[in-house]
Amino acid sequence: MEHHSNIIPWHLVAERTGAVIRPIPVMDSGGLDLAAFERLLGPRTRIVAVCHASNVMGAINPINAIAAMAHEVGAVVVVDGAQSVPHLRVDLQAIDCDFFACSAHKLYGPTGIGLLYGKQDLLEAMPPWQGGGGMIREVQIERSTYAPPPERFEAGTPPIAEVVGLGAALDYVMAWDWEALVAYEQALVMKAAQCIGELKGVRIMGEGADRVSVLSLMLDGIHPHDAGTVLDTRGIAVRTGHHCAQPLMRRFGVPATLRASFGAYNTLAEIDTLVAGLRQAQKVLG
Amino acid sequence: MSELDELYQSVILDHNRAPRNFRKLEDATNHAEGRNRDCGDLFDVWLKLEGDVIVDAGFLGQGCAISKASASMMTQAVKGKTAAEARMLFDKFHQVVTGTGGASPLPSKLEVFRGVSAFPIRVKCATLSWHAMKQALETQPT
Repeated sequence: MEHHSNIIPWHLVAERTGAVIRPIPVMDSGGLDLAAFERLLGPRTRIVAVCHASNVMGAINPINAIAAMAHEVGAVVVVDGAQSVPHLRVDLQAIDCDFFACSAHKLYGPTGIGLLYGKQDLLEAMPPWQGGGGMIREVQIERSTYAPPPERFEAGTPPIAEVVGLGAALDYVMAWDWEALVAYEQALVMKAAQCIGELKGVRIMGEGADRVSVLSLMLDGIHPHDAGTVLDTRGIAVRTGHHCAQPLMRRFGVPATLRASFGAYNTLAEIDTLVAGLRQAQKVLG
Repeated sequence: MSELDELYQSVILDHNRAPRNFRKLEDATNHAEGRNRDCGDLFDVWLKLEGDVIVDAGFLGQGCAISKASASMMTQAVKGKTAAEARMLFDKFHQVVTGTGGASPLPSKLEVFRGVSAFPIRVKCATLSWHAMKQALETQPT
């Protein structure tokens, strides 16, 4: 179910350490197969890395339960929260994960920067991953000692403008009425799912899932790029392609999907335009 | 004609539904793969050269209507051309779909791709198989 950004780093780790990567199967419903996950867990499970919500289907994973199951076998839990943070109220203490990462640009902030949360004892036990200014306690010719976390992991001149931008973005989203935001985004995505569900020749990937306000569509006989161009001409911006999730595309046997994502700035009327555009795409290209 | 109609002309839709030369050439002398890493579209292009002349061309793969129709019509267009002529056709086609070629005309059948220039994001779709064809010509004939 993962974005490549939660696969490739583990490939790099596996190449260095010989670790074996095992995927948690995805069910047709769009959920993770937790029974299969339980069978995969064992005393040799070191790390469980999982997204909080799928960037393709929007499916929300039962992250508290997954973390608890992983902790039972002593694994470290790393959560990719890039898709959940802007759309759900996330309580890291309740999840009890060991690490949690998210991107600023999914939070209406700048590109090229993100957030990493880690439990203090784990961060303190970790060596720096990069050397540079600002991450030291003291440097002598013979050896260096390092600053405590988080400075230890922030070598070099930081991206100052981006940090300021991220701070402004966080102030902005923290000031929202989150209960109202989540309810509104859910109303949007549920209307979209219902209207699209009534279209012939369109399937929603992972139809049964509880989801953040993201939907991925598969159109019979029509490539998502072509449908995306039709929607473009109606002022509807969607993402088409594999969404940096090629293993998930393979799982569902499609080369690409058309993904509609909704935010607080969208309206219910725009969903009618989206559906009309899909109908037009079927007419033009079907 | 709207920009959308200009893009999806019936010729393009026809080649998408029923692509020509949609087959692997078992006796190909040259082959290359065209892959759009951003979207996952992937085409294999095979050419059969006799001397310097492309006597047959074929392709297989998956992609959008624009990329598939373009590949289909590319294989038709290069058949019977010399490698040098095919490269020149590549340049012309590239100029037309990127809108950098002015009014310089293409072989009439390929003119339907002129509408792509209004959709910059689709240029890569239209040129994918053409790049593969050009690359196949660079490979050592087998």
